[in-house]
Amino acid sequence: MTNQKQRAPKPSFTRFNRRSALKLGAGAVAASTLGAPGLLRAQSGPIRIGHLTPMTGFLGTLGGWAVEGAQMAAEEINAAGGINGRMIELMSEDSINPENGATKAQRMLEQDGADFILGEISSATSLAISEVAARNQKLFIAVGPRSDVLRGERCSPYMFCTDIPNTVMVNAVGTALQQQGMVAGKKFFTLTADYVFGHDLLAAAKNFFDANDAELIGDELIATDVTDFSPFILKVRQANPDVVCLNLAGNQVTNFVKQYAEFGLPFPMVGFNLNTADAWAAGIGNLSGTWPTVWLHTLDTPESKAFVERFQAKYDKIPENHSWISYVAMQIAAKGMMETGGAETPALIEYFESGAEFDIMKNRRAHFRAEDHQLIQEAYAFTVKETGSYDDVHDMLDLNATVPAEGTPLEAIYPSTEGLSCKL
Amino acid sequence: MQIVFLLEQVVNGLVLGGYYLLIALGLSLIFSVGGIVNLSHGAFYALGAYVFVQLVGTLGFAGAVVISPLLVALLGILFERFVLRQFYRKDPILSLLVTFGLALVAEQAIRMIWGSAPLPATLPQEIRGSVIFGSFLFSKYRLLMLLVIACILAGIWLLLNRTSFGRVVRAGIQDPDMVAALGIRLQPYMTAVVMLGVGLAALGGAMVAPITTVHPAMGAEILTIAFVVVIIGGLGSFWGVVAAAMLVGVVRGVTVFFLPAASEASMYVLMFLVLLLRPRGLLGESIQKFES
Repeated sequence: MTNQKQRAPKPSFTRFNRRSALKLGAGAVAASTLGAPGLLRAQSGPIRIGHLTPMTGFLGTLGGWAVEGAQMAAEEINAAGGINGRMIELMSEDSINPENGATKAQRMLEQDGADFILGEISSATSLAISEVAARNQKLFIAVGPRSDVLRGERCSPYMFCTDIPNTVMVNAVGTALQQQGMVAGKKFFTLTADYVFGHDLLAAAKNFFDANDAELIGDELIATDVTDFSPFILKVRQANPDVVCLNLAGNQVTNFVKQYAEFGLPFPMVGFNLNTADAWAAGIGNLSGTWPTVWLHTLDTPESKAFVERFQAKYDKIPENHSWISYVAMQIAAKGMMETGGAETPALIEYFESGAEFDIMKNRRAHFRAEDHQLIQEAYAFTVKETGSYDDVHDMLDLNATVPAEGTPLEAIYPSTEGLSCKL
Repeated sequence: MQIVFLLEQVVNGLVLGGYYLLIALGLSLIFSVGGIVNLSHGAFYALGAYVFVQLVGTLGFAGAVVISPLLVALLGILFERFVLRQFYRKDPILSLLVTFGLALVAEQAIRMIWGSAPLPATLPQEIRGSVIFGSFLFSKYRLLMLLVIACILAGIWLLLNRTSFGRVVRAGIQDPDMVAALGIRLQPYMTAVVMLGVGLAALGGAMVAPITTVHPAMGAEILTIAFVVVIIGGLGSFWGVVAAAMLVGVVRGVTVFFLPAASEASMYVLMFLVLLLRPRGLLGESIQKFES
């Protein structure tokens, strides 16, 4: 709904923007003939980071967490002296949808003096921002999108992806499901978010089912603004599967899970995508099954525990995985800038492609893969505890073993670099 | 077997329509009486859900479902007295702008008070699960909701058609000047109608809070559907809105059966067709004061 409403008045905004862009452009030309403050700023002024993330719409509930994580990182970096003395200025804005996200990225890069763009959760908006970044030859650190296409056909020399891709989520949950004997010979019914992310996740899921002797007996594509799932729940019952499997996103997951619990169907539920905030929002006794995650606040490493404590001290709540990934992405960007002595795009790309390692509070360190710009890191599955065994929604999730297991190379759960459709 | 599944979707659509009706009916009432298109109607629905979540811990499920709409209806008094009342006789664009602005303010206010993260809410164990009649599967809770909505609908119909209150309101809809000439002040009636409309929206919010995401933008989500229902039904028509709500629910269910990816688009196509063939809506009445 939100998307449609906000899309309606777009033509007039665009016209306004073009006109004001012309005026601003003229102003900028006039200013640069008077002196060269722009050049000076680039060397010694603050480093400006354009931070775009959805704060409205079906992913809007996640964006708030992302902003808090990124802001916290920026404050800590600045408190520790900034990037070789230069302070970070983080400009956080609502990306809304692909069209608005692209327009805002363009404005940030071309008018607001952003050195690069960081952020985003929606895979569709990330694709749009990636094109703007490439046109401007500026870096885009895609923090939260998980579509494989961003690391595949639509990868870009200017884009680096920090969250785990769909294939990894499927592998993480799939490994856990195999251990529970819930894959081979089982009939799966999937519900899929009807946009690039969902289609992509369904493709990854199909690969997994095919490779592991499971049968996909039905799939429903579901528009992102659907809030009532009762007709789909009836279809699930009619299909009579062994397992109901969710490839949904954002509020869709919360809505489905609550209504599935309302109907009380007997088929076990699992899913290949979930954000902790969506799980918490479902409330006690609604969610069940096994799900993937990039990070959970119960992760047992000293660095992760310290992060949770600092976050709680600052915001008085437990951090969600988008807070963590945004914090980590900011720290990775900061390390890149410190190592290369600034925010110059070619130097940063070269540094990230060099295989430099980053401490991301997990057991093993992470690095970007030069072939597709994916941050290679550990992933996890978690299982929802029995209802009644916890009182607080924050305690409902049980983190399973790390994937891949110790001793197996990290790359084992990522799409193989052989036959990779990404050409950089 | 196929036909049973289709019928199941039709019946489920009727249940869903009942819930759309709660929101749309208030919207239609406020428009009929005050001539105001209340774009902030969704905000009261969201408030209903939030106040429910706030109260459910202390009052229990039933208590919170009853008290939340009453509290929001009280807020409706302020809304009518200090906002809507200024605009009954003015250019409709003004009230449109004011209520749109209010919707934005309300959404941000919810964000400031309760935070942007969704609030958890769950159904009590006793009213979970489904009942099976023959081959039909129903959620127990939705049947309960339908029962509540049917009672409320009957109550409102009686109120509008069988009481002196209803006679004044209906006369006020057609010709407020004549009502004034007869020495009746419409003002308190307006307040009551707005309270009723806003309270219905809040009841809708409170009842769906356990089965949907309770988040700040939930008001915007429902408002579009409510408008579609009112437009299809015909502005100002009680039974038109009832029929349209059921129709939208059923069309959505049937589309999910045949062409699931188009389920959200179906109601807009329906609205388009109705507007094309019958611009006044299914049962839209001619209202004198809007006709000149």
